[in-house]
Amino acid sequence: MSAPSLSFEHVSKSYGAVQALAGITLPVAGGECLALVGESGSGKTTLLRCVNRLVEPDHGVVRIDGSDAGALDPIELRRSVGYVPQEGGLLPHWRVRRNVELVPWLRGSPDAARLAEEALEMVGLPASTFGTRWPDELSGGQRHRVAVARALAGGQSVMLLDEPFGALDAITRHDLQRLIVELRARRPLTVVLVTHDLSEALLLADRVGVLRAGHLEQVATPDSLISEPATPYVSELLARAGSLRS
Amino acid sequence: MKPLLLALLLAAAGAPGAHRDPGAGAPQREGEAARPVVVASKPFGESYLLAEIFAQLLESEGIGVQRRPGLGATTVAFDALRSGAVDVYPEYTGTGLLAILHEEPRGDAQSVFTEVQRQFNERYGVRWLPPLGFENGYAISVRAETARRYGLATLSDLAKVAPRLSAGLSPDFIQRADGLPGLTRTYGLRFESVRPLDQALKYRALASDAVDVVDGYSTDGLIARYGLVVLRDDLHFFPPYQAAALIGARLANGNPRAVAALTRLSGMLSDSTMRALNERVENGHEPIAAVAGDALRDLHLVDAPAGSTATAGAGGRADRQSFARYLWERRAVLGAQTLRHIALVGVSLLGGILLALPLALVLERASRAAEPTLRAFGLLETIPSIALLAFMIPIFGVGFWPAVAALWLYSLYPIARNTYTGVRDADPAAVHAARALGMTPLQVLRYVRTPLAAPSIMAGIRTAAVIDVGTATLAAFIGAGGLGEPIATGLALADTRLILSGALPAALLALVVDGALAMVERWTRPAPLRHRHDH
Repeated sequence: MSAPSLSFEHVSKSYGAVQALAGITLPVAGGECLALVGESGSGKTTLLRCVNRLVEPDHGVVRIDGSDAGALDPIELRRSVGYVPQEGGLLPHWRVRRNVELVPWLRGSPDAARLAEEALEMVGLPASTFGTRWPDELSGGQRHRVAVARALAGGQSVMLLDEPFGALDAITRHDLQRLIVELRARRPLTVVLVTHDLSEALLLADRVGVLRAGHLEQVATPDSLISEPATPYVSELLARAGSLRS
Repeated sequence: MKPLLLALLLAAAGAPGAHRDPGAGAPQREGEAARPVVVASKPFGESYLLAEIFAQLLESEGIGVQRRPGLGATTVAFDALRSGAVDVYPEYTGTGLLAILHEEPRGDAQSVFTEVQRQFNERYGVRWLPPLGFENGYAISVRAETARRYGLATLSDLAKVAPRLSAGLSPDFIQRADGLPGLTRTYGLRFESVRPLDQALKYRALASDAVDVVDGYSTDGLIARYGLVVLRDDLHFFPPYQAAALIGARLANGNPRAVAALTRLSGMLSDSTMRALNERVENGHEPIAAVAGDALRDLHLVDAPAGSTATAGAGGRADRQSFARYLWERRAVLGAQTLRHIALVGVSLLGGILLALPLALVLERASRAAEPTLRAFGLLETIPSIALLAFMIPIFGVGFWPAVAALWLYSLYPIARNTYTGVRDADPAAVHAARALGMTPLQVLRYVRTPLAAPSIMAGIRTAAVIDVGTATLAAFIGAGGLGEPIATGLALADTRLILSGALPAALLALVVDGALAMVERWTRPAPLRHRHDH
């Protein structure tokens, strides 16, 4: 079983007079991890949300394994794509187990309980200990792990990470980054990661796409991005990320 | 909605059946012949007393009676009579001429009576029975000390010093052609200030120096009690106010026995008889039923059973009892009135929840209609309670259901607004995640927004309940009963203990309802949020 490919073809989106995406074309191979980086307003989140149709593009097509996402039922589409929002977005009035069961339950799966247990096990939070807790009884890092488990409990092989770890401290953040690496090693998973942290992108991604005001400045592997920045803007981003790290 | 709350509300809704009279709707379902005669009064002592005299006289003839004492004011009582919700109430010819027919004051007592009799019959199919025998015209009163200081004996005297005096007048006296506007025209009467005061509060306000001049009626017992001076109408402005029974079309045409019985009262009540009877009710705080019974026996209209005066004696002694003992002795009546009050609030609140809550959830989906709809509900809140209650009479008659309808309208806004705001502003991160993972909009509403909004929804229901408990005390003015009944009667009779016997339980009920719903609110709160403090 291999993870599906994604491709953005001439994707445009405007909000009133503001162009958020200006004809982005970007293929993502099955099993690849693509990071989208850029400043606030660069269009990286808008592009990510076109995959599960939280945003409908004005023009262009997003394909999942070759088929047009715009032709699929949006509800079914969202149930088949893993999604981890900022801050985790757990439902505060549901216990951990029910949060993780969400997608299998929505699909009417009789195995929802087992799938949730497996997903919790996978993110290192055994259901026997954590299943009956309320989200606000967890640490920030644990909440994000539950959010990752929830995104994958339905057996999804595409995962969208929407600036997922921005609000965490450095150590917790590092643990979660390792979790993503481990998950990708264990199962075929196509990942799109939106982050404003270039070093996170360089660490996790197979390729990094740099967006600026709705345009793709460069798409490259971490190594070639560092060695051959295509534009002065990319150089500047790299310089800032470097200076922050040192 | 949790089942316990529902059960509580349903239990409260069932309560009106337990009350001694089953509400205005019930009699209409029975045959015409079995329908009791509905006897009403306006909310002042003499009107209560005359209505009770009518009722007891009918009962002595074996005719079934339903009492609706203390209906709001002239329009409320007359609309109820015209619409058939009420069969008979005591009215005054001058009021009929000016306040209902809107004609200019003119003529002597006899010609005014002939005129209102003719016009009421032609216009409304409503009949005036021959006058009862006494006149109760307007009386403008001042404190004896004020009369002495300014040398006041007539309204012409009053006009000279009026710019230095403040007046407390009935709201309808301020408006009516035969009230303040006419006095101003005839006498040039202009006060320093005019405050609208309830019929029942005016004399207390005058006695306590809060105002200097009040309007009232010439047979008011309280005029003697406070030693007030009635100023003579030297320019004969006020029209004659002969008292008579005003009867609706159904009674007039369908129940000759009742009409004959009521007609026997004609000419029987002289000015002095009426003043003495009013005195016993207003100053002696004797039970109206006892005074009415004595009057009928003294007039030889009913047979005198033994021991009737003992009842009156008990009423006189009541003054010296402790308030706690007084409440205890009234416990059966107060219990029934409290149940009735709870029923009024419970039924209207349940109705409010059934409409406003689902509607607010629909508005969350149709957000463009939300603000206009909620603003329309908000406008309802601005209608004064008495006016809203009065609007219900042409539709529902008098009694339980029009009051429920008015209270129901008041409950809509807090419930709808809180529900809508609660679901709209529910934790945005949770709503976003639920949507992104494939919940349909309806699933988001049902599984995410609504449970997260539960505390806000319950807060709205709590607000509506407390508003309803308070407003329901005014429902007595349209004959709905409840704890407003002793308040309205007590105000009309200047009986502080009677007022408190309704006002204290009503205040207590508001606290209990608020507290009980606060517990329900805690319990509807999503479990992990339960330990958080209220805002």
